[in-house]
Amino acid sequence: MSTTSVMGGIVRRKEDPSLIQGKGIYVDDKKLHGELAAVFVRSPFAAATITSIDASAARALEGVHAVYTAADVRHLGPTLAQVAVGTLRPLLADGVVKHVGEAVAMVVADDRYVAQDGADLVYVDYDPGQAVVDLKEAFSDAVKVHADQSNTLLTWNGNAWWEGVIDLPDPSPGIQESKLRDDAVVVSLEMINQRLIPTAIEPRAVIAHWSAGYGSVELWSSSQIPHAVAGAVATTFGIPSNKVRVIAPEVGGGFGVKLNVYPDEILTCFASRELERPVRWTETRREAAYSSIQGRGWIGTATITGTRDGTILGYELEAICDMGAYTHNFTVAIPLLGLFVASGQYDIPTSYKLHCVVTNTMTTDAYRGAGRPEAAYYLERIIDAFSRKIGMDPADVRKANFHPPEAFPVQTAIGLTMDTGNYAVNLDSLLERVGYEDLKAKRDAARSEGRLLGIGLSTYVEVCGFGPSGLAGLGFSWAGYGLPTAFNGSGVVRVQPDGTCTVTIGTGPSGQGHETTWAQIVSDGLGIPMENIEVQHGDSLDSPMGVGTFGSRSIAVDGTATFEATQRVKAKAALIAGHLLEAASEDILFADDGAHVAGSPDRAVSWGEIATAAYQPHTLPEGMEGGLEASAMFSPSNATWPFGSHMALVEVDPQTGDVDLLEYWATDDCGNVINPMIVDGQIHGGIAQGVAQALFEEAIYDSDGNFLTGTMIDYALPAAESLPMFQLDRTVTPTDVNPLGVKGIGEAGTIGSAQTVVNAVVDALAHLGVEHIDMPLRPKRVWQAIQDARG
Amino acid sequence: MQVHITVNGIDHGGDVEPRRLLVHYLREDLDLTGTHVGCDTGYCGACTVLVDGRPIKSCTMLTVQADGSKIRTVEGVADGNQLHPVQEGFWECHGLQCGFCTPGMIMSSVALLESNSDPTEAEIRHGIEGNLCRCTGYHNIVRSVQYAGAKMRGETPALGVTAEASS
Repeated sequence: MSTTSVMGGIVRRKEDPSLIQGKGIYVDDKKLHGELAAVFVRSPFAAATITSIDASAARALEGVHAVYTAADVRHLGPTLAQVAVGTLRPLLADGVVKHVGEAVAMVVADDRYVAQDGADLVYVDYDPGQAVVDLKEAFSDAVKVHADQSNTLLTWNGNAWWEGVIDLPDPSPGIQESKLRDDAVVVSLEMINQRLIPTAIEPRAVIAHWSAGYGSVELWSSSQIPHAVAGAVATTFGIPSNKVRVIAPEVGGGFGVKLNVYPDEILTCFASRELERPVRWTETRREAAYSSIQGRGWIGTATITGTRDGTILGYELEAICDMGAYTHNFTVAIPLLGLFVASGQYDIPTSYKLHCVVTNTMTTDAYRGAGRPEAAYYLERIIDAFSRKIGMDPADVRKANFHPPEAFPVQTAIGLTMDTGNYAVNLDSLLERVGYEDLKAKRDAARSEGRLLGIGLSTYVEVCGFGPSGLAGLGFSWAGYGLPTAFNGSGVVRVQPDGTCTVTIGTGPSGQGHETTWAQIVSDGLGIPMENIEVQHGDSLDSPMGVGTFGSRSIAVDGTATFEATQRVKAKAALIAGHLLEAASEDILFADDGAHVAGSPDRAVSWGEIATAAYQPHTLPEGMEGGLEASAMFSPSNATWPFGSHMALVEVDPQTGDVDLLEYWATDDCGNVINPMIVDGQIHGGIAQGVAQALFEEAIYDSDGNFLTGTMIDYALPAAESLPMFQLDRTVTPTDVNPLGVKGIGEAGTIGSAQTVVNAVVDALAHLGVEHIDMPLRPKRVWQAIQDARG
Repeated sequence: MQVHITVNGIDHGGDVEPRRLLVHYLREDLDLTGTHVGCDTGYCGACTVLVDGRPIKSCTMLTVQADGSKIRTVEGVADGNQLHPVQEGFWECHGLQCGFCTPGMIMSSVALLESNSDPTEAEIRHGIEGNLCRCTGYHNIVRSVQYAGAKMRGETPALGVTAEASS
């Protein structure tokens, strides 16, 4: 095993030995003595009144311990949400159902087979009503999803909610005046950014064990936010948060779907308390698709006003954003995240109006990128259309409108401040590597032979590393779960008495390799070998007060906290080593599992010797406290703003409409890089999800609200044969927001990629008269667009 | 119903419900939780095991259908403490992130390489098309299988952390 630990080095992951041998422990692998299993009865209707529930046959079935309905759990209140705008989800449907898949009853039995038998014996009578699924229809308020409440929960238009928190910019800075200019070119497109299903391969799972004797509860949950879940459990049951332990062990992918508090997490705790047995629930794939959160779901119009020299005078975006029926964690705040990056890399007047509208569908919330892929999609698609309209190369139009490097820090259209950026260098680096001019010649040559090749380009800005404590008032906290903590980072570094090291962090990783990356940070600081460092996370009581893993925040915030804790341990260890070596602490250097005096490598002590002294205080300098550990909390002054440029080459089959993604290049900039292998892996997976949105995936409800994509066969996920190898490179523009200079990389690939592919397909077809095709660009849709363009 | 099944070289016999899925028998009766359940339609492949040498989705096979067969799971591919080349490849080439699809992906890759020791990239992508991964975009999984193929052919893999660190 490689023990090279320097930051920026490639090391094999510490996580992997257990996972590649099938020895990792995910929630469904955990067994508790005496456990019972739960299964939910779910609504087949999108809008209905429940007229009766008859659970008598289910309750009479041997092996069934309980059947719960709203009457049993109503007193606990709804499922809590962080940004509680709209109607919160009842734990179990109470008299009405608002979407297909809504939980109506919970059956608890000896095992999952018997629980399913019991669920089949619960008879629910419904009186179906009219469902609202179409976004424009919902926006019209002709039919209400929730009686006596407008379907539009709020509109993000620069005058809402954050008033008094940040300075409000002009909501439409001179754009309408620009349109009146004689030389103005106005380009506008209505586009759909379709609903997606996050689809972590591990379905969500929970197992709750309420201990009557201790008055405490332990909940294992496949969650990205164990601390928030613990807060929700404590608040719901009215017990202190220190009586709730939520453990997120190995988590099999998140992408936002596990960044929520769900009814099952509360209901299994409730059932365990009532039945005095541990209670487990593991969702089926259909449940993962239609009763855990979905993402995206916007229809909007993007408009650019510019001039023929490529100058953009104004960018406008108005969209209706689908919230689904109930509000979850951040639901209405997801479009806000898009607004944070509405203008992308460009110094352009920007106006926006995003309507958050409810429908009779499953809730939407954060799915990888969360508002930012949507924002990048609309902006980068309309810039492409504008470039085509004025006959300029799309790369040149983009460059003509970049914020120059000397402009940073840059004030965004929404009033936030972008930290650092070097956009033209990044794009030029991509164009040079790709051989852009040759690629265009290749495309044109192919076209002259009747082949439909297209080149797509997109830039993007991400905003991540949440977050600044000052944003707590905007919803960036866990106050909704009774834990009013801002999105701080936290880390504890402890050198054990034998000289090994334990690092405990407040993140909730689901495959991001935190154990490896965090060990690199600590190893780099202390000179303790990677194999002697253990990184622990995902325990709401044993971890420091943490926030979880989402929004590409972990490294910039929690990584920094661990770095700071490492520095504190190092400072104390230098005093101890100096004492042991009879040298000044400032002359102590750490390397090779120990410390030595600068310039005298023979005057050295091992970490074991330093630690032994630390835990035997009589050997320490007089007055020094024993022990060798430090904790740190980091609240950044700002978010971080990664960026990048992506390019795709596609070929469209004119006979079938099939799109072949031939090549994909990405040049991303996430600031400093700690483990390039892990960073590249994040980009690979992110690109795959963006490409999948462009070409394959779509969560579909019919007009009655029936859910049509409940299996992995109906919901077209990319397989290995669907994708090419990805050709990556990076530029490095460190942030000044944290001492590591790191920005975050979890979502960048997704934010940059969907529109890159769509731009490429439209480029391949534009000469036929195709201006736009809505995603996903499946063969039938592309073929139809070709036919329509040809008339 | 009485079944006799050999799993990773160990004989198991006993009474199982006719409706019991093989994956639940492996995970819950034999405590071999390395085989995962990612869907219920045989599509994701997280539950892939080798039944008499062939990759099978154990979530869509009944335990009684496996009566008399020899099964290999991810727990049975290493030779004692010596990782199987496919496992080594996934570690060396960052072929996993969350690790949930990995056991099934490893079993399909083992089956592929046992039938084709030198697959092209296209053959690798085709060979694992029954296994879905949401984390990696398959890029590093393909490289992992290439690494393992080289190793199984007795070559020194040019890919992976060790090779890159020494170059």
